[in-house]
Amino acid sequence: MYRHNIHHRVYKFPNLKTLLGKASPYRSGDELAGLCAGGYEERVAAQITLADVPLKNFLNEAVVPYEDDEITRLIIDDHNEIAFSHISHLTVGELRDWLLSDETDCATLTTIAPGLTPEMVAAVSKLMRNQDLIAMANKCQVVTRFRNTIGLRGRFSTRLQPNHPTDDPRGVAASIIDGLLFSSGDAVIGINPATDSPAAVSNLLTLMDELRHRFDIPTQTCVLSHITTTLQLVNEGAPVDLCFQSIAGTEKANASFGVNLSLIEEAYLATLSLKRGTVGNNVMYFETGQGSALSANANFGVDQQTCEVRAYAVARKFNPLLVNTVVGFIGPEYLYDGKQIIRAALEDHFCGKLLGLPMGVDVCYTNHAEADQDDMDNLLTLLGVAGCNFVMGIPGSDDIMLNYQSTSFHDALYLRKVLGLKPAPEFEQWLIKQGIVDDKGSMLPVNEHGLLGGF
Amino acid sequence: MKRNIPHEIEPLKALQEFTSARIAIGRVGTSIPLKQSLEFKLAHAHARDAVYSELNSVKLTGSLKHFEQPILHLHSQVTDRRQYLQRPDLGRKLDENSLNELKGYSNGSDIAIMIVDGLSATAVNENTIGLLDALIPLLVANGLKLAPISLVEQGRVAIGDDIGYGLKAKLSLILIGERPGLSSADSLGAYLTYNPKPGLTDESRNCVSNIRPKGLTYKKAAKKIFYLINEAFKRKLSGVELKDNAGLISEG
Repeated sequence: MYRHNIHHRVYKFPNLKTLLGKASPYRSGDELAGLCAGGYEERVAAQITLADVPLKNFLNEAVVPYEDDEITRLIIDDHNEIAFSHISHLTVGELRDWLLSDETDCATLTTIAPGLTPEMVAAVSKLMRNQDLIAMANKCQVVTRFRNTIGLRGRFSTRLQPNHPTDDPRGVAASIIDGLLFSSGDAVIGINPATDSPAAVSNLLTLMDELRHRFDIPTQTCVLSHITTTLQLVNEGAPVDLCFQSIAGTEKANASFGVNLSLIEEAYLATLSLKRGTVGNNVMYFETGQGSALSANANFGVDQQTCEVRAYAVARKFNPLLVNTVVGFIGPEYLYDGKQIIRAALEDHFCGKLLGLPMGVDVCYTNHAEADQDDMDNLLTLLGVAGCNFVMGIPGSDDIMLNYQSTSFHDALYLRKVLGLKPAPEFEQWLIKQGIVDDKGSMLPVNEHGLLGGF
Repeated sequence: MKRNIPHEIEPLKALQEFTSARIAIGRVGTSIPLKQSLEFKLAHAHARDAVYSELNSVKLTGSLKHFEQPILHLHSQVTDRRQYLQRPDLGRKLDENSLNELKGYSNGSDIAIMIVDGLSATAVNENTIGLLDALIPLLVANGLKLAPISLVEQGRVAIGDDIGYGLKAKLSLILIGERPGLSSADSLGAYLTYNPKPGLTDESRNCVSNIRPKGLTYKKAAKKIFYLINEAFKRKLSGVELKDNAGLISEG
């Protein structure tokens, strides 16, 4: 039992998961789940109460029972006591102040990361303002490698997302070429397929692999099919660079995606065995998003942000190249408006980075959310300041297959220009060599470019 | 003064024939040129207006008269659009007045047709009558008995389970406005459920999507829906199992 008094009013919270829910900044998904605070005072009372909870409590009180959930077992069994010993004397509130202090630098954060559980990280984020989330994320640096180096300070990458409603190869290729000529695609060139058939996915993989070879592009490609499809294709010898999967924060929610830890492990090892990376071997690409556990009726009374951070425990087990929170895709019943989407994105980015993950964000919204391009401009700029590893690059922001709006090729150019950021170093050299940008990173005219000769 | 001409990649323009993606839109500095920026804004405005559009009950009621069926005016438990967007659970349930209204019409039928605003009443207002003009004659000619037609405000797909169950219909057919996309604010979706009853999930339904003049035409949609209805009655089921079979046949 956790409790706090404000002006003779006693606020009681029967357990940690209730306290976490009530301490969460307001969002529609927690209201839908019946987990959020009843009013402003109760929310702050919960935050004050949470601030006094010792971090050690989190190791003794699971929000989803250990016996029932393999992700809880992963979190507890893989917890690193030695890393934790640096901070084991702190409360959640003391952790917040310790994280923000000048003495706590990137190296320290990397050391303690294995000692943090997702629930500790979710808890501390609930005590932070947006500014704290940005400042803290900016302290962390998470670098990953496959055919290039992603996440270095001063660098900012994009996933080129050339989706097409029928997977038409020429339609996909047209968007890829447009994107490359806009300097997009250093995180990955990644297609969401309209159908999950192995033959169709294999065709797209081959198309991208040939293009990559022909122009010697130092990047990686991916078709975001279900992990079982990818595993089959790896075994059949298709050119699989990265293995993709959507993941969530409870075993039951992952079951609704048709995955579990042993299946992910199998696909991870299979993809790793291909040894296609040239400068590193981070081969996994995960996507997440607040609300997925609730929408699968698998949240077990845990607020959506804590569920989200639990998904990062799954991600960090498999040394991913990219982790992408698809923040505004799920719709207004989980994140109602621009304010909630922005907050959630900053939370996800910070929490993932603190746990040692190479976080990117799909800065996005659907047409039934109370959000527009201005909200996305704000979020993109905040994420750039926070040191986000990558965002999406989609022609004109309009994904014609998934029917939502994300960031455009232009958006990434804007962010690089105003914040002085550059693409991944290997990709940057390629862009200069190809005459797409000059050595200062400015765009050059590309009317006659060889990439256009493919048609 | 020299006019600032957007930097366009002319040869890329040729690639636009392969995709409706917004490729080759040029740039001014690093920004999207104004023309393309305003085109995008207009498309989004259409989608936003569609989300906040309302069923034109008067006009729909008038147009539905020639089908010679009683028309029921029903409402979910949602009070306004803001709540509708945040509480899908309430949009799946009928309010008390509507439940009472159904009681007078529970003498059994083959098909209950429900017209539901969903996320785009615009889609419903513009496309329902055209679709029903093509579909209802097929149903009637096949000897299927229709229940009263329901007009439902602030509804989600699953509200058809409550209605179909209350009307004692063997199959419910829900015509509902789909989530508007940037290129289509007027897409109508048709969901059919065999043996509707409260508590079913999407696995028990079949969907025909993107019904609108520039998408799946009324005639084609009616044919597809009619085929699925016949299969559902023949096999006494709907949903995932029915879909697989229908998919094979339509591909052949």
